[in-house]
Amino acid sequence: MLVFALRRLLQAIPILLGVSLVVFGLVHIAPGNPIDMLMPPEASPEIVAQMKAAYGFDKPLYMQYLLWLLRAVRGDFGLSVFNAAPVWGQLVTALENTFILAILGAALGFALGILTGLIAALYHGRWPDKVASAIATAGVSLPHYWCAIVLVLVFAVFHDWLPAQGMGDDSLPIWQRLDFLVLPVVTLSLIPMGVIGRLVRATVLDILGQDFVGALSAKGLTRWPVLRHIIKNAAPPVLALMGLQFGYLLGGSILVETVFNWPGSGNLLNLAIFRRDIPVLQATILVLATFFVLLNLMVDIAQAAIDPRIRR
Amino acid sequence: MSDATIDTAQRVLPAADAPASPAPGYWKSVSQRLARDPVTIAVSLVLIGILFITIGAPLVTNADPYAGSVLARLKPIGTPGHWLGTDETGRDLWTRLCYGGRLSLLAAVLPVTIALFVGGFLGILAGYSGGWINTAIMRTMDVFYAFPSILLAVAICGMLGNGLTNSILALGVVFIPPMVRVAETVTTQSRNLDFVEAARASGTTTLQIIRHHVLANVLGPILVYATSLISVSIILSAGLSFLGLGVTPPEPEWGLMLNSLRQAIYVQPYVAALPGVMIFVTSMCFNLMSDGLRSAMDVRLNK
Amino acid sequence: MSAAMKLDPRDRGGPAQPLLSVEGLKKYFPVRGGLLNRQVATVQAVDDVSFSVRKGETLGIVGESGCGKSTTARLLMRLMDPDSGSIVFDGDPVGERAGITVNEMRRQMQMVFQDSYTSLNPRMTMAESIAYAPRMHGTPRKEAFDRAETLLAQVGLNPRQYARRYPHELSGGQRQRVNIARALALEPRLVILDEAVAALDKSVEAQVLNLLGDLKSRFNLTYLFISHDLNVVEYMSDRVMVMYLGRVVETGPVEQIYRKPRHPYTRALFASKPTLDPDRRTTEMPLTGDPPNPINPPSGCRFRTRCAFAQAVCAEKPPPLAAPLDGETAEGAPHLVACHLPEAQAAMGVSAHA
Repeated sequence: MLVFALRRLLQAIPILLGVSLVVFGLVHIAPGNPIDMLMPPEASPEIVAQMKAAYGFDKPLYMQYLLWLLRAVRGDFGLSVFNAAPVWGQLVTALENTFILAILGAALGFALGILTGLIAALYHGRWPDKVASAIATAGVSLPHYWCAIVLVLVFAVFHDWLPAQGMGDDSLPIWQRLDFLVLPVVTLSLIPMGVIGRLVRATVLDILGQDFVGALSAKGLTRWPVLRHIIKNAAPPVLALMGLQFGYLLGGSILVETVFNWPGSGNLLNLAIFRRDIPVLQATILVLATFFVLLNLMVDIAQAAIDPRIRR
Repeated sequence: MSDATIDTAQRVLPAADAPASPAPGYWKSVSQRLARDPVTIAVSLVLIGILFITIGAPLVTNADPYAGSVLARLKPIGTPGHWLGTDETGRDLWTRLCYGGRLSLLAAVLPVTIALFVGGFLGILAGYSGGWINTAIMRTMDVFYAFPSILLAVAICGMLGNGLTNSILALGVVFIPPMVRVAETVTTQSRNLDFVEAARASGTTTLQIIRHHVLANVLGPILVYATSLISVSIILSAGLSFLGLGVTPPEPEWGLMLNSLRQAIYVQPYVAALPGVMIFVTSMCFNLMSDGLRSAMDVRLNK
Repeated sequence: MSAAMKLDPRDRGGPAQPLLSVEGLKKYFPVRGGLLNRQVATVQAVDDVSFSVRKGETLGIVGESGCGKSTTARLLMRLMDPDSGSIVFDGDPVGERAGITVNEMRRQMQMVFQDSYTSLNPRMTMAESIAYAPRMHGTPRKEAFDRAETLLAQVGLNPRQYARRYPHELSGGQRQRVNIARALALEPRLVILDEAVAALDKSVEAQVLNLLGDLKSRFNLTYLFISHDLNVVEYMSDRVMVMYLGRVVETGPVEQIYRKPRHPYTRALFASKPTLDPDRRTTEMPLTGDPPNPINPPSGCRFRTRCAFAQAVCAEKPPPLAAPLDGETAEGAPHLVACHLPEAQAAMGVSAHA
């Protein structure tokens, strides 16, 4: 088990390096010189040269990469081009906000997903199955940014029940601003609900069809203990997918945050793209991707801990 | 001589063994199954309808999708002459939806097609070769897998600049790794089957084996996956345009329309929500298609 | 062996030259593990195997699971490359510059696999499967399909009924007939049957075995018959080769091996055959000792850990495959045993039949 965990950890390192290469390379695929994005067009050549040296653009590419990487590992991503504030600080605040949304959205989505999936599987073939499956499929097919708009329509435009944007007054503690959380969290929960719902349905159906369930029932076990067995067997793949979905919520929140103007990492990414704020852009993508890799790693190890067949 | 053998055979083998009529080909029976599934039929009809109004847009509307009159801004649904209302610059929404569908579908289907060919090729290559080629390809794909799809799409599109081509390129890159994975898994499985070994044992070349034995087994799962990928692609490509990273105004495109109508939700809420309905319906159709395709193929294989 | 043996037009060396001659075949598989997935051990699947197959005979290869028989078959067909050793087909070394290529050998040597279902592409009809190899080698489509139908008839399946069927519509026995037809499509001279009847019901098995016999005399074939079923091997073979843990322990004419086995393992193998004869009651365990570990085989003679006669010399060097030490030889095919000890070879044990 330990060997497996260590081996996965070792495998993650080249992937992280690859990720950093891709993030670094992304900036350089942009048309035009990176320095042109940072400087106004009428800057004099001396100032341009100065900025080049300051940012290290005059050095060979691999040197730039190494310097950037070494600083990044220590959390030093430089200053934002837009507001000259340290990137790291902004990013951390934004990440905290996204984290709140992601955790709550995941919790709600998973709970609903398990419910719909179980109902669909246990009433397989009858109308609750069709309804629950339709809900789950809808969750996956709905464009969540559109759902956000529709929810805003219903709860903020037609009726003035919930706020449409933002996080509310920063001076108030979070639990007094819960109404700002409702709409974004519900929107975010839709896709995880759909995905988990479909997987739970498929997994539980698969287990129900296996012989050992029939054997358990034949032994005279009543409903509840059989259900416990089913859950124990269905848990590993579902838990793994949950981990993955949480990662997607963390890293892919940009659309929902844009609609609700929620000051999270997705919103920061959006602004950075339009402001051409390269340091913020690089930092955000790198941190989000790293999170995702580490999350996947933990999910793999957790799965191997539960299911010994996975450890090679 | 052979007649005697046939007689022997008929004496030896019980008559009950002989089936009545030959079975149809594999793909033909898949389409037969598909044709019998009510959900697939319904979904196909809807998709054909959508294709018709988008590709055949001039046939269903004679308004200009780019022409708008400020006087006719944000008319509600049911206005005479604009049965679905108008947008924020006065353009007829029904027309914009129809023409917009062209770009939306193009932006969704092209990346998947790219991924199908490039990803399929890389996956089969990796699966059949094994060894260091496999490792090199799969590890490279792992690096791209490390990014959540939206993040990668936004990042690439953001850096390349907006526009339809960049959006297609970005999504293509995002979709290639999962396609490679599906293709590689199936190819590796087929490669180890006895009939592939038997083909190798009879001296067929690698290319012939791939063409006749591996490809047929791989094509099914890849197509099913590609169809489900289209449903994701519609949402992602519209999402990119929604963020301003894809199609640029004044081109009509569902995601872009959804964004530009956002300000209008306080004025004309129903009109503002319409483009999203198109995205949702199209995505749902492809999703259900993919499900139908999968069950049509699975049952046949498990028989 | 049929008395009047016609010579194949592709024949190179006449009846005296063995059709297949294998020398020193070795195949080791690495076992990986540990932190960096390094090779930590090897499975010595096939270790220094040498034998020959004469034209027109059936050589049976027996042994328990894991003894290396299937690996040997795959090495012969070059589905895997051997680590060392040579294969000579009718006088021509295979895969070397001076001899014939692997592809040329494959035109003359074919194989029938054990699992009749996975041996056939589920999406190809029977006729397509049989005609596939000839078409890939350049035979025109019509001619290949005609030949496929002829072959179907020759293996006892009515082509009008079976040519356009799919594998899942046939029974195991019928599929195996198709596999045999497919093997014959390229007109090989040697057919390797790797546990070809193992998965079939007994009655079907009998039919297929008879078919194989018919085909052999009709097409002048040579067979390499691999099986773990001692009765079937006895029925089909002219000569038998016994393998244990990747090595050959005994080889000789079928009557001699079955009547008077010389190697302790061969005797134990026959003794473990269940019998209904009340006069032959099994009172002792045929084999003692732990089942062997193919990753860490015993040094010297691999059977020594389970051999009642084992002595110091058995651990020191592997016994060569040589003539029996009691000097008793029969005319015809040589009887070879891999054992150091005369007393082990001469021991009276239970023979294969009373």
